[in-house]
Amino acid sequence: MSAEYGSWEVVIGLEIHAQLATKSKIFSGASTAYGAEPNTQTSVVDIALPGVLPVLNKEAVHMAVKFGMAINAEVADRSVFDRKNYFYPDLPKGYQISQFELPVVGIGSIDIELENGETKTIGVTRAHLEEDAGKSLHEDYAGMTGIDLNRAGTPLLEIVSEPDMRSAKEAVAYMKKIHTLVQYIGICDGNMQEGSFRCDANVSVRPKGQEEFGTRAELKNINSFRFVERAINIEVERQIDVIEDGGEVVQETRLYDSVKNETRSMRSKEEAMDYRYFPDPDLLPVILTEEYRQQVKAELPELPEQKQQRFMDELGLSAYDAGVITASLALANYFETVAEKTGDAKLSANWITGELSARLNREEIEICSASVDAEAFALLLQRIKDNTISGKIAKDVLDAMWDGEGSADEVIESKGLKQITDTGAIEAYVDEVIANNPSQFEELKGGKDKMMGFFVGQVMKMSKGKANPAQVNELIRSKMK
Amino acid sequence: MSMYHTKSVTELSAMLQAGEVSSVELTQYFLERIKSSDDKLNSFITVCEEDALAQAKESDEKLKAGNAPALTGVPIAHKDIFCTDGVKTSCGSKMLDNFISPYDATVVANMRNAGVVMLGKTNMDEFAMGSSNETSFYGVVKNPWNLKAVPGGSSGGSAAAVSARLAPASTGTDTGGSIRQPAAFCGITGLKPTYGRVSRFGMIAFASSLDQAGPMGQSASDCALLLNAMAGFDEKDSTSIEKEVPDYSADLDKPLQGLRIGLPKEYFAHSEGGMDAEVEATIKAALDQYQAMGAELIEIELPNSGISVPVYYVVAPAECSTNLSRFDGVRYGYRCEDPKDLNDLYTRSRGEAFGAEVQRRIMVGTYALSSGYYDAYYLKAQQLRHLISDDFTRAYEKVDVIMAPATPETAFNIGEKTDDPISMYLSDIYTIAVNLAGIPAMSIPVGFANNSSGESMPVGMQIIGNHFEEAKLLNVAHKYQQVTDWHTRLPEEFK
Amino acid sequence: MSIEVDEVKKIAKLACLSVDDADLPSYATNLSNILDLVAQMNAIDTTGVTPMSHPFDVVQRLREDVVTETDRREEFQAIAPNTEDGLYLVPKVIE
Repeated sequence: MSAEYGSWEVVIGLEIHAQLATKSKIFSGASTAYGAEPNTQTSVVDIALPGVLPVLNKEAVHMAVKFGMAINAEVADRSVFDRKNYFYPDLPKGYQISQFELPVVGIGSIDIELENGETKTIGVTRAHLEEDAGKSLHEDYAGMTGIDLNRAGTPLLEIVSEPDMRSAKEAVAYMKKIHTLVQYIGICDGNMQEGSFRCDANVSVRPKGQEEFGTRAELKNINSFRFVERAINIEVERQIDVIEDGGEVVQETRLYDSVKNETRSMRSKEEAMDYRYFPDPDLLPVILTEEYRQQVKAELPELPEQKQQRFMDELGLSAYDAGVITASLALANYFETVAEKTGDAKLSANWITGELSARLNREEIEICSASVDAEAFALLLQRIKDNTISGKIAKDVLDAMWDGEGSADEVIESKGLKQITDTGAIEAYVDEVIANNPSQFEELKGGKDKMMGFFVGQVMKMSKGKANPAQVNELIRSKMK
Repeated sequence: MSMYHTKSVTELSAMLQAGEVSSVELTQYFLERIKSSDDKLNSFITVCEEDALAQAKESDEKLKAGNAPALTGVPIAHKDIFCTDGVKTSCGSKMLDNFISPYDATVVANMRNAGVVMLGKTNMDEFAMGSSNETSFYGVVKNPWNLKAVPGGSSGGSAAAVSARLAPASTGTDTGGSIRQPAAFCGITGLKPTYGRVSRFGMIAFASSLDQAGPMGQSASDCALLLNAMAGFDEKDSTSIEKEVPDYSADLDKPLQGLRIGLPKEYFAHSEGGMDAEVEATIKAALDQYQAMGAELIEIELPNSGISVPVYYVVAPAECSTNLSRFDGVRYGYRCEDPKDLNDLYTRSRGEAFGAEVQRRIMVGTYALSSGYYDAYYLKAQQLRHLISDDFTRAYEKVDVIMAPATPETAFNIGEKTDDPISMYLSDIYTIAVNLAGIPAMSIPVGFANNSSGESMPVGMQIIGNHFEEAKLLNVAHKYQQVTDWHTRLPEEFK
Repeated sequence: MSIEVDEVKKIAKLACLSVDDADLPSYATNLSNILDLVAQMNAIDTTGVTPMSHPFDVVQRLREDVVTETDRREEFQAIAPNTEDGLYLVPKVIE
């Protein structure tokens, strides 16, 4: 796998920040809903008025524990919140409440599938709860920066991996795996455009065979899978260049510029920060019992691997199809609805991994943004099954549905795509084709079965695809007798 | 003219309930007193004339309607560390000189709900950092017993106002002695409750793990009434304790026969910088009184008490250094003129608006938490707190309460210690261990002794109890006040 | 323990405090004295002692996940030094 980096080995660790899907903030009762007017979702606690105190959100802890149990991690009996001190305008208290020494989730792991089909286990060092910061808006305020604190205090789970990944592709596979998992267990909406799921990547290179790690650079705040891959590769290239030119990689924080496709040093963070971590005296230790942990574990929903296995065992899907479908909870849910409505899991899987996925990929959208919902899609497949339309026509119908031209039935009706099942009408086409091709018909009768395809094709052409191929076949055979 | 200022809260409350006086009358009386006398003391930062009269009117209606809570209509003052909705809350700092709080502290809300009328906000050391009220942006408060002397701190305004009876009672806060030391210096009664007994929500944080609010009044029975209203679990304060609040007035009269009083030998040892001889004699006289009431005096050991001041001067600055980071000139409070960049905005707003003592403590705390020093300072100090706390736990196996001086000497003169922070810090030597252990303690007036300038000033004695034994402390203090009159004495100028 | 002027500068920077150069020596002296006082802690062995952060062995209480707050932006920004379009304004932040 590391062939792509020549004689160098790349070492990557990721710090993923997943915004937890709680209704209220981690330490206040303000809403976490996205997209509100600036500073309208801030309480006295979020703007850090003098005298205010944090009170921990139960659901945030619950979600963190869910994650811990889902990756078979050690979930701490006792975890502690610390203050991470630094001044920044989007950090109202002048410190972030985070977890330093005793995080809620300890060592765990998750498996990723490599391109060659092998499985690799990636270690998760820890996952801790912390509060998100606000946002700085740099435009248009006469040389000033505007601060919106709506996001300040949104709960985050920071998931820190071991430096176990050896290529950008592995990093992306890991990130996708975590992305899928957090949505499965319902702790994060995974929306990367809105910043609900983002990551920092620690990247270093070393000559192949060297034991010790090279000096790493931290790439900050990357918010798409594509950018993760690009940012890592461009950073790896930079580091290799630096070393090969006789230089040394410096430990620093770098920002990925997706427009220029380069990473650059963040000068503001150049001086080593001294965060002066210490236990937040406003909060007490969080104590979790074994009973609670087991209860959370028991209540975990079906996880991606379990779902994949079930789709294979119970619905007869191939490992590949089941894997593709379960890689996204939304897609898996979509599939299950379609399969249930149509009563045909294989047909549903074929259409979802084929036609539907092709359209999603083409438009680079997620299933939740698709214009055809599971019910509508199921109806389309039902129309194939009940012979109203052929599979070929169905693709055209799907295109029309995709463009918002109505339900499958409406499109079939308005475009007159209904399959001809009237035997008389089809027989007339068959007779005409036989009459126009007497020698070929003789060959068919003489046992040249290949000719059957020719005749069926001709009839289908005459019917503009609306004849039922099976019926055509049957009629031609009856004419041969 | 009625002498309402000679009445205790207990008496005023009874008069209000009986309809012998209206809350408006009382409120006007005290507002008038503040107007005519506070020039001498500087004990108030804000006087809320209009609001107070409106609240008084409301209280009178409630009183007329009947079934009004005990404190309905009683005017009191709040230390300016408590956020008060719609009223300036300065914490004694230039940083918050323009800060009108948009919310009420839980203590303030509780008092409001109990029907108390707020006369105004009292002066204090800046962000409660000081033992003499000399660090206030609003100027030093003077001791009503001698205007050349300090009132103590940080709740110096509250202590002076109550001592001069500009308010019948006040709230205070105590991080290292900030209720007890000024109460002692001004000859009033003050109680620092168990950590977690009173909500810290809305009380501007100095050192979160030590801060606790409590009442400052004329007597133990007044403090009991006030604590009844102040105390209680608050879901907005994660460190507040879910424990039922007893009626602190219920046990005031319990006899003291057989009471075991512990006397820490470390506190009474004669060492340099230790207790002043006159103070000691006064304390001894009070102890004799207790013996006469049937109590038994037992020498105890608090072997780690000597380390309290150093431990405190790590824990408190470390916590304050980060608690005060929110004052950055962005969302409220002081902002420097024309900041040229972000760093300039931060450093100048903070540098210009924080006083020297506050900056000193922020720097000590920043240093103590900075990388490489956390273990040696903060962590070490928190470990030592455990040892200090264990000393008390062991002591309470043998005794019911501990008695000690509140301060090594009586109120010193203004300016006497301002150039020497360390000697100022050492004036809290007897009060600090209590905060580190989180236990409750009172200071009650037990007589007078000359200060270093030869002026006769009040002496305060501490009564220290085990966790949640506020009722016992109040009982022990009340019984003494039943047989003595130190607590009813008024400074000459404010009679 | 003695703190040098350079160290005071570093601490002041970390704490975001502007200190006049003229005041640096007196801060250095003050801080050194305080650290000398604090150094007395070293005399006591604390090996194995659990640090105390709260006097009671209490645990964090958890709040139900319910939105309880309403929009109070106007009130909050009435006391802010500089706002526009509902945003708090600060000098340009450069990354």
